[in-house]
Amino acid sequence: GDGDLPSATTPPDSDPTGRRRVHSMLKLYYGLNEEGTAAEQAESLDPCDINGPHFDPEVYLNKLRKDCSLCELMDHESCMVKQIRSLDSDMQTLVYENYNKFISATDTIRKMKNDFKKMEDEMDCLSANMAAITEFSARISGTLQDQHAQITKLSGVHTLLRKLQFLFELPARLNKCLELQAYAQAVSAHRRARCVLQQYSHMPSFRGIQDDCHVIMEQLAQQLRQKFRDGGSSAKDLSECVELLLQLDEPAEELCDKFLSHAQSRLEADLQGLEAELKDSAFTDTGGGSVQKTSPGSNPISPSSSSVINPFLSPTAGTDILEFIDRGCNEFVSSLCLVIASYQELFINRPQEGELASKNIPEMANGKLHVFVDTLAARYFSLVERRIQEEKGVGDNSLLVRALDRFHRRLQAITKLLPGSAVPSHGTEIVVRAARERIKQYLSALQTFYHDSLTDVRQALAAPRLAVGGASASGGGVTSKDATPSLPELLTSLSNFILNQLKSVLASVHLFTAKDITFSNKPYFKGEFCSQGVREGLVVSFIKFICQSSRQYCESAGDRGGSTPPALLLLLSRLCLDYETSTISYILTLTDEQFLVQHHTPVTPVTALCAEAREAAQKLLNHYVKVQGLIISQMLRKSVETRDWVNTIEPRNVRAVMKRVVEDTTSIDVQVGLLYEEGVRKAHSSDSSKRTFSVYSSSRQQIRYAPSYTPSAPMDTNLLSNIHKLFSERIDIFSPVEFNKVSVLTGIIKISLKTFLECVRIRTFGRYGLQQIQVDCHYLQMYLWRFVSDENLVHFLLDEIVGSAAHRCLDPSPMEQSVIEVICERG
Amino acid sequence: MKMDDDAPVIYGLEFQARALTAQTAETDAIRFLVGTQSLKFDNQIHIIDFDDENNMINKSVLLHDAGEIWHISGSPADKAVLTTCYSKTSENRVLTCAAVWRMPPEWESGSHESPDDSSNNPQTLELLCHLDNTAHGSVACVLWEPLGDGKRVISLAENHVLLWDLQESSTKATISSTATLEGKGQLKFTAGKWSPHHNSTQLVTANDTAIRGWDLRSMSQIYCIENAHGQLVRDLDFNPNKQYYLASCGDDCKVKFWDVRHINEPVKCLEEHSHWVWSVRYNHSHDQLLLTGSSDSRVILSNMVSISSEPFGHLVDDDDLSDNEENQQEDKGKEPLQDSIIATYEEHEDSVYAVEWSAADPWLFASLSYDGRLVINRVPRALKYRILL
Repeated sequence: GDGDLPSATTPPDSDPTGRRRVHSMLKLYYGLNEEGTAAEQAESLDPCDINGPHFDPEVYLNKLRKDCSLCELMDHESCMVKQIRSLDSDMQTLVYENYNKFISATDTIRKMKNDFKKMEDEMDCLSANMAAITEFSARISGTLQDQHAQITKLSGVHTLLRKLQFLFELPARLNKCLELQAYAQAVSAHRRARCVLQQYSHMPSFRGIQDDCHVIMEQLAQQLRQKFRDGGSSAKDLSECVELLLQLDEPAEELCDKFLSHAQSRLEADLQGLEAELKDSAFTDTGGGSVQKTSPGSNPISPSSSSVINPFLSPTAGTDILEFIDRGCNEFVSSLCLVIASYQELFINRPQEGELASKNIPEMANGKLHVFVDTLAARYFSLVERRIQEEKGVGDNSLLVRALDRFHRRLQAITKLLPGSAVPSHGTEIVVRAARERIKQYLSALQTFYHDSLTDVRQALAAPRLAVGGASASGGGVTSKDATPSLPELLTSLSNFILNQLKSVLASVHLFTAKDITFSNKPYFKGEFCSQGVREGLVVSFIKFICQSSRQYCESAGDRGGSTPPALLLLLSRLCLDYETSTISYILTLTDEQFLVQHHTPVTPVTALCAEAREAAQKLLNHYVKVQGLIISQMLRKSVETRDWVNTIEPRNVRAVMKRVVEDTTSIDVQVGLLYEEGVRKAHSSDSSKRTFSVYSSSRQQIRYAPSYTPSAPMDTNLLSNIHKLFSERIDIFSPVEFNKVSVLTGIIKISLKTFLECVRIRTFGRYGLQQIQVDCHYLQMYLWRFVSDENLVHFLLDEIVGSAAHRCLDPSPMEQSVIEVICERG
Repeated sequence: MKMDDDAPVIYGLEFQARALTAQTAETDAIRFLVGTQSLKFDNQIHIIDFDDENNMINKSVLLHDAGEIWHISGSPADKAVLTTCYSKTSENRVLTCAAVWRMPPEWESGSHESPDDSSNNPQTLELLCHLDNTAHGSVACVLWEPLGDGKRVISLAENHVLLWDLQESSTKATISSTATLEGKGQLKFTAGKWSPHHNSTQLVTANDTAIRGWDLRSMSQIYCIENAHGQLVRDLDFNPNKQYYLASCGDDCKVKFWDVRHINEPVKCLEEHSHWVWSVRYNHSHDQLLLTGSSDSRVILSNMVSISSEPFGHLVDDDDLSDNEENQQEDKGKEPLQDSIIATYEEHEDSVYAVEWSAADPWLFASLSYDGRLVINRVPRALKYRILL
């Protein structure tokens, strides 16, 4: 039975709260306080709260009576009765429970009382016994006191005696140690005795011992020094030696010096070994060497290894650089590291003990070490640099790079050993210098290669004559394939050759930046090497060099037709043009990709290079036109100047020189056609071969100078020709040409015909002289129109020539047009 | 001072022409002489008087019936005396001869009376003497002794240098000394110039691609610039103010400047023409001004300050310095003078074979093209003032 009634009850408390209150009341009873009580008390200030402390039955009753109906009151009463009953039974249960607990507690307390009484008795007994023991003990110590004092004294004497014995035996012992080379023992023994001996040195016996010891120790020190000096001993021995000597008061500075000078002598030996090798290799530097280039077998311009010493061949020196560096590393650098390590072990990192600590040895020793290392490293570096400088052959870069890598890597050991040392950074500088030098070498090698290639091209051109001349117009370049390489073949092979060479050089140089190379992450190799070195110093410089050397061909050849074969000029011009259109950007893109060039510093833009290449191409082509024009001009000029035009016979043939001119022009046409596109011609009449010409010769030409033969109208010629000129454009003879065949040929023909004109104007002609010129010009007209962009140009110039000849003619009676045609048809 | 004062004045001859000279002895009137080339008609010498004030040309024509004229040259002492080289055809053989002529005294007055009359009945030159020696072959040119008394001339014939003395009022010419160029092949002088320096004892000649200097006292070669030009050398001229400086031009389209003391390399080289350069002339007073004529039908006036006798511009006198300080400041502000092309004259439509500075007006020059067109031009006013001021 629970206290609370389920529904009809009016108490404000709900069921769980009521139960909690019961518990809390119990807790209160047992002295257990709960935090929640205050709240509950506040809550129960209501006098109608039946469970609250301020419950007022009067008020409650009044309230009930006021509020409730009779029926409700009845209900309330019965409910109240029920609650009272349940509370009663609860209380009873609790009372019972607590009563039992009290009973058992009382029992326990009674039992404890008995136990304590027994314990008290035993404690009394113990204290009595202890008192007896104390008394006895006091009596015993009283009796033993004298003996104890004696024993203490005796033991003191014993110790002293043993010490004395040690002292007296010391010389002998030291000697023995000396004999057995047990230096460490000797030193430690002596050290122990030293102070005492020093202290009692006024006593003769001790003095003797001290002197003896002194002598022995001196001897010992001597031996140690000797051992130290001999240096044959291991590092550990040496270190022991130094340790002992230091303990023997040997000045540390002297020891350092000795140690270092000793080490130096050994390192010097290494260096001398290296130097000797260096000299050897210098003497045995010449030698055959294997061809490194993978030259395409039948390539017409593979560099002739016989003529020039190809820089791409690696010199077979006595030892290659890798061996050299290896030797340097294994002998010198590792010895140096050992020396540094043992030196540091001996002088710097040793535990500071006793008086030695005060002398500040490490600082002094460290200073000495740095000087020592720097001096030796400097010599080593100079040797390495000399060796690197001997590395002229640029064939196999990997060897050098590996050598440098090893060189650089081994120096890192020194960084670890000797943190503050400048040696590794010097080493890096050497590597950087070597890389710079390498780039220069590669550039000059490329340049040499380019020159050699051109020489080969020259030879190929000069050799059994490019077959175009013989193959005449119809044959074209196709026929020349079997014997000598044609121009396009030469061009492609030259261009491929250069490109391949450049690529292989790039690949070689790229080794410097490979990931597994220790120095590749140095700032120089990440930045400047790629941009200023490889891109600018190598690639751009080489391209510029090509352009420049091409331009030089134009300048040097100015006199007397020049020594450069025209075909070479043409080929180079095409090469430069190809560079402008594609090759340069290809090469630079390739370089940028390979080297991930980050342009911190301004670099030459592709466009500038292209412009330069184009300019070179233009210059070369202009020069080609000039040279070819000059060759034909010379023929024409000689033919006009040397002939007696007044007293010549009636023309029966076209003069041989004209045929030669046409032939040469044709072969030039073929030659240019091999490398350059056709180009555009000005639109001309449907078939302008003969018809146009006949139109020209029958109508225009006759109109042009027919009237001048009649003495009645002397001015017409000038008038007509002037009117003609007024409407025709001015012709620039030596003017820049376009990059196509027609333009080139037009240039050449212009030059030739203008020369012809000027030469005609300073001669005087007889009747047949004029007729011969007529025939020649007609012949030229028949064949030359097809080469030029605007055939009117040829018409015009030939008109001028015939007109001038007519003017310069003493007896101007021209030949019948039909006769001219017949003669020309006949060839 | 009108703007169109700078415009060219053009005069057309009826005949083709190559020979042009300024009337050297005439220092008052601006006068040029042109010799025509015609095989069919009588050749003429046109005397072109330029009226600077009115920008007009007055012409007179004299008949030169000896043959077509290849070269013409006026006496430095007597303005009525001139020489021509002309070709003469006899027995189907063409030979170029040279002669000294005197202009008739009336030509000047005659031309003013009625132009029609004078052109219809032109007066004829009076022959003073022939400079002939058929044994020596065709004459390329005749050179008067510069600044001389008009009594000594040199003719270049084939490979001979002939030094003539003119006596008895130039009516008699005798060869006083000769020199001959020996060598392989057919050597032939193409041009020559008598140096105004060194007391007129030096001559320079051109044959093929070589330029040679001669000492007239010993008639021996002093120096030789082999391959001075890539091709034929067409003309030469001495710098009037710098005794060792010399300009040459030729078929390689170039104009080269030489210091004859260092003949291995030209001092300077111009390559502005697009065809053969036929004529080169230093201005007589301001040697930075250089005139060239070419068969590309162009005349080019260049300002070669760097190798002139006034490389730093007009030297300021001490008086001017003390004048005022503004001048000095202006001088400092002036940019350094540089060699440059002043102007390219395109009035010709045929090859220009001759250019000449006026003897009277240093700012005026004439050029002659093969079609008979004579063009008179002036140095641009701006440049003129820059040189003068």
